[in-house]
Amino acid sequence: MANILVYALHYDGAINKNSLGAVSEGAKLAAELGGEAHAILLGENVPQDLAASLGKYGAKKALVAEGPEGLAQPLVDAMAKAIADGGYKYALFGGGLLGFEIGAGLAARLGAGVAMEVTSVRAENGELIAERPILGDSAISEIKYRSDVGIIIGRLNAFEISESAGADAAVEQLSFELSPHASQATMLTRGEQRGADVDIEGADILVAGGRGLGKAEGFELAENLAKAFGGNSAVAATRAVVDAGWYPYAAQIGQTGKTVSPKLYLAAGISGAIQHKVGMQSSENIVAINKDANAPIFEFSDLGIVGDLNKILPKLTEAVKAKKGA
Amino acid sequence: MKICVLVKEVPDAAVEKKINPSTGRMDRSGEKNLNPYDTHAIEAAMQIKEGGAVPVEEIVAVTMGPESAVRALHKAVSLGADRSVHLTDEAVAGSDVAATGYALARTLQRESPDLVLLGQQSDDGECYTIGAVVAEHLGMPSLTQVIKMDIESEALRCERQAEYGYDTVQIKLPAVISVGDAINEPRYPSLKAIMGAKKKPLDSVSAADVEIDPSKVGGENSAAQWVAAKAPPSKAAGEIIEDEDTDETVEKIVAWLDERKLI
Ligand SMILES: Cc1cc2nc3c(=O)[nH]c(=O)nc-3n(C[C@H](O)[C@H](O)[C@H](O)COP(=O)(O)OP(=O)(O)OC[C@H]3O[C@@H](n4cnc5c(N)ncnc54)[C@H](O)[C@@H]3O)c2cc1C
Ligand SMILES: Nc1ncnc2c1ncn2[C@@H]1O[C@H](COP(=O)(O)O)[C@@H](O)[C@H]1O
Repeated sequence: MANILVYALHYDGAINKNSLGAVSEGAKLAAELGGEAHAILLGENVPQDLAASLGKYGAKKALVAEGPEGLAQPLVDAMAKAIADGGYKYALFGGGLLGFEIGAGLAARLGAGVAMEVTSVRAENGELIAERPILGDSAISEIKYRSDVGIIIGRLNAFEISESAGADAAVEQLSFELSPHASQATMLTRGEQRGADVDIEGADILVAGGRGLGKAEGFELAENLAKAFGGNSAVAATRAVVDAGWYPYAAQIGQTGKTVSPKLYLAAGISGAIQHKVGMQSSENIVAINKDANAPIFEFSDLGIVGDLNKILPKLTEAVKAKKGA
Repeated sequence: MKICVLVKEVPDAAVEKKINPSTGRMDRSGEKNLNPYDTHAIEAAMQIKEGGAVPVEEIVAVTMGPESAVRALHKAVSLGADRSVHLTDEAVAGSDVAATGYALARTLQRESPDLVLLGQQSDDGECYTIGAVVAEHLGMPSLTQVIKMDIESEALRCERQAEYGYDTVQIKLPAVISVGDAINEPRYPSLKAIMGAKKKPLDSVSAADVEIDPSKVGGENSAAQWVAAKAPPSKAAGEIIEDEDTDETVEKIVAWLDERKLI
């Protein structure tokens, strides 16, 4: 039977959007293979209705396992058990971070093939073929599986959410044993929001800053430009500067931050790493200022300025103000 | 305590990465260097050693790769590792992530480390996951993308950013940790360390030496099989302005924005 087991990450009473995408994709692919998509959730007292709601995205069954949340290795144990019981041919994960760790651990446990950063999957002759961009997205490789189980880890936002008025998923309890090493990790605090709770998701214009701003105070340049644009504009950031404590996590764009698609995304001092790109590539207009002509961000910007942001941003701010005043 | 650091030789950042169309594998010719992300893992090991909270007997750099990967080990030693281990064997060439992680785990097993450190990603492989594979084979707990790590006798207190914000996780030793590039600012090697690096012990091992099952490694035995490579859909190249006269540059940007009604 060509069933697909899909990991559904949940937090604070809601299923992660990338997991909803993965469940939708899993259901579509399973139908093409003549099988079913089943979701798996793990946590402390996972709400039954939350699990059942995955039926709307195409899951026929939702397996619910009891265990510590937010850690990968308990899920490796639970998914290995489900696969041993239920004859799944593929395990599917949406983009993010935990799915990468679980999928890779599961590949090791099962001796299975794994492809990560997958942007599209197709069924061909009863098998799935995964497409994975490589070498800084300059080529796309196609991957097939020789193993009994194939593991597919999606890139952030790769799988579209498709919701219908379908029936609830049948919720089943999954019992499994935690392996000794999985019990060696303990979550002390989860989901800490560092920095101010800024709201950037609704902004039409985002001025985004990266390590090229040089220091926390460098963000003033970005804030001044956003202010000059006025109206519905805000400032966003990369993980590098959020990790460094220069800007709040709530403003971070990318794989472990927010996904945005404003009318204008103006990136200053941002290299354009894939994990950043996945959170902003669907912006309507992308403008990048970077002093390195070879920066990857120029590969996907509509207007690229090769130059020093310290020279350009202040003058651009004045020019935008003047234009608005005119 | 013994720390093993996994390091990889990758194409230099300035070299254009491409696929060799006849083999479907990465073209590994051209200038190579130590994966820059791995210098953060070596630095993290050095800081534990110098921090003095626990005595560190040894830091061992471990790599799997062709002959030339020795240079990445020399670099790792110049940055502080005491010695290095090089798994090199035709049998492991072309291994996928899962097979590479298995082979590295076998190599590490012989060293019985208390802590295995890795970089957040390899510049060419971009899998972010070798750590999770290695940990599963070694039966150790693990965490990736760690940006703060405090050592407390038998455990590590680790912080990292995940999907919903920052998590703090306690991990008991022995463990496998991949560190994010925000964890530290790697030092530069001293001239003396660079000169001395070639004199430090370097153990070259084959697949058989570390009891790797040859049926589980190599391109032909890897469970993920590359069937094709193609070019990504082409996207119209954006306009580029080289900033020479900033007033002029700014004028052009404003005109561009204005045309699209963005101001
Ligand atoms: C699992 C995982 C998840 C991740 N999640 C995210 C995420 O959610 N969001 C995210 O952003 N990243 C994420 N990352 C990190 C990502 O890989 C990059 O490291 C990060 O995006 C780099 O940030 P940056 O562009 O600010 O810094 P850098 O890559 O250091 O780039 C700085 C740029 O500034 C330019 N510059 C320097 N000075 C100037 C100047 N004076 N004028 C003009 N330009 C200048 C430089 O040329 C350079 O291109 C993740 C990584 C991993 C492995
Ligand atoms: N062939 C290798 N030899 C030693 N370490 C490796 C190798 N490949 C990857 N690594 C380690 O795994 C980390 C993550 O790499 P990757 O999962 O390929 O992105 C790197 O930063 C290295 O520390």
